[in-house]
Amino acid sequence: MGPAPRPCPFRNFSMSADSPFVYLCPPARLVTIRFDGAELLLPDGENLAASLLAAGIDSFRHTRKSGAPRAPFCMMGACFDCLVEIDGVSRQACMQTVVEGMDISRPVGATHD
Amino acid sequence: MAAAVTADQAGMSVALLDEQARPGGQIYRDVTRTGTDSADRMRILGADYAHGSTLTGALIASRVHHITGVVVWSIEEGFRLVYTANGAAAHIGAKRVLIATGALERAMPVPGWTLPGVMTAGAAQILLKGSGILPRRAVLAGSGPLIYLVAAQMVRAGVPPLALVETQTRGDMMQAMRHLPAALKGWRGLAKGLGLLAELRRAGVRRFAGATGLAVEGTDKAEALCFQAGARDHRIACDTVLLHHGVVPNAQAARALGVSHRWTQAQQAFTPVLDKWGGTDLPGLFIAGDGAGIGGAMVAEIAGRLAALKLAEEAGHLTDVARDSQAKPLFRARSRELAIRPFLDAAYPPFSDALAPTDSTIICRCEEITAGEIRQTATLGCLGPNQAKSFTRAGMGPCQGRYCGLSVTAILSEATGQSPDVTGYYRIRPPLKPVTLADLATMAETEATDPEGE
Ligand SMILES: Cc1cc2nc3c(=O)[nH]c(=O)nc-3n(C[C@H](O)[C@H](O)[C@H](O)COP(=O)(O)OP(=O)(O)OC[C@H]3O[C@@H](n4cnc5c(N)ncnc54)[C@H](O)[C@@H]3O)c2cc1C
Ligand code: FES
Repeated sequence: MGPAPRPCPFRNFSMSADSPFVYLCPPARLVTIRFDGAELLLPDGENLAASLLAAGIDSFRHTRKSGAPRAPFCMMGACFDCLVEIDGVSRQACMQTVVEGMDISRPVGATHD
Repeated sequence: MAAAVTADQAGMSVALLDEQARPGGQIYRDVTRTGTDSADRMRILGADYAHGSTLTGALIASRVHHITGVVVWSIEEGFRLVYTANGAAAHIGAKRVLIATGALERAMPVPGWTLPGVMTAGAAQILLKGSGILPRRAVLAGSGPLIYLVAAQMVRAGVPPLALVETQTRGDMMQAMRHLPAALKGWRGLAKGLGLLAELRRAGVRRFAGATGLAVEGTDKAEALCFQAGARDHRIACDTVLLHHGVVPNAQAARALGVSHRWTQAQQAFTPVLDKWGGTDLPGLFIAGDGAGIGGAMVAEIAGRLAALKLAEEAGHLTDVARDSQAKPLFRARSRELAIRPFLDAAYPPFSDALAPTDSTIICRCEEITAGEIRQTATLGCLGPNQAKSFTRAGMGPCQGRYCGLSVTAILSEATGQSPDVTGYYRIRPPLKPVTLADLATMAETEATDPEGE
């Protein structure tokens, strides 16, 4: 037997009990943002797409053609499935950080071309 | 990073533009922060990741002008690089340019791969490196060493994947065996791979090999991965499906500049045509790293240094004798590091079902175009991706074909019987990423500040 994995004591901490994601350790400072009208507490300065996923948000936008829901796929700025509108401007959530007071909405059908 | 530091040490004036907010690229993403924030995360990510700190350390200590968080969306010959930073466009002039845009994970179009909850294995790794977040109930599917690495990192974090659904076959491994003697030159890489497999075995992670017919089930999000393996149907309920079957060069910037590319059968991808230093057919334009052809992180680092030596010599900062003496050990190290590639390429080929997806499978995620629609254009006489694009809109979305380009080439080339080289690839034009009018409007204001780099 090799060394047993040493779990972080907080590994079951999560922003949302329904989230398919868990934090290794609890995030430090939380700030309030708005997502589709609802208030969310997200970790200040952390990656926006990751923080939304951990908060249990599973659909970021809907496609223009069929209206199908989409969520982050690549997390590296290449696929554009994480596009959201931040204070009215279309942005890739995976390339943004959480800033207090952000007002985010799901772009319905709109893409960025 | 290695190239920038080498060029700086040779006395060049260097600017490094990167979309990421912190140095590290893909493999060493956020290493500067992880080191200080979380020893636990560092342990989970492993020693190879920790090596990144030596590169970031050298970069920080250098005089390199590191411009972070900027998307370069146009490189004009001559050269002028146009980029956006915080919603404002700016540009920088340079006599010489090194493109090191790295790799993208090869698109793996299987039914259901556009559902929320389906991500690339690399995306899961980015969540871990950048945010310390892991998927609770995930299945890893596809082939290649990165799958084992991500699985082992999940095990170390105490959230092991539910299963590894591997698409490579016993036959692939037999084929690969003839490359084994050569690969032994790169024995460290092989030993690492075996170590990861042992770690997964100890942790009792289920593995299926030779899987076919992969499909993600779910209406509004992923609910299960279905596949056949060992002549049986399987269904694994899960929240997250992590797909991966190799990485391919991110060639958007090089393509937009008109650099010639050639189909590389072993890598099942187009690679730019380069000399041994990474020089392209355009004077002063170099490419290094995975964007030049997949070689892995160590090869990328070495190639970056080699290109920098050549650039420094061209700029008159090094004699050719000094360049060659510094380059000699690097060339040797590069061939040692590359020794394992033919084995890996043969042992973990791309998933064949995803190279020739069923008609109803979406291949262009942005415009939701199916493989069948592309095949249809071939029967209408389309020979290449650019024609198929104007018929179907495939590749016209914001990702500009990053994830469907190779699929479209493969499908058309299969349908027409023409080689991938003859079939060709999308014509890429700037902007490399969508730019808003507001971004452009700010450029006029910054026109005045135009630093001249080398
Ligand atoms: C998601 C992912 C995860 C990976 N994980 C591992 C791993 O754990 N272990 C391993 O051995 N290998 C891994 N690989 C392979 C590894 O990334 C490469 O072998 C190595 O990073 C290549 O280095 P590079 O310098 O060529 O490219 P990269 O490290 O990818 O660096 C390219 C840089 O270019 C930037 N960039 C790209 N386009 C633009 C633009 N238009 N404007 C501005 N900046 C731009 C990117 O932000 C990035 O920082 C991974 C690959 C991917 C895609
Ligand atoms: S998740 Fe792919 S661009 Fe953000």
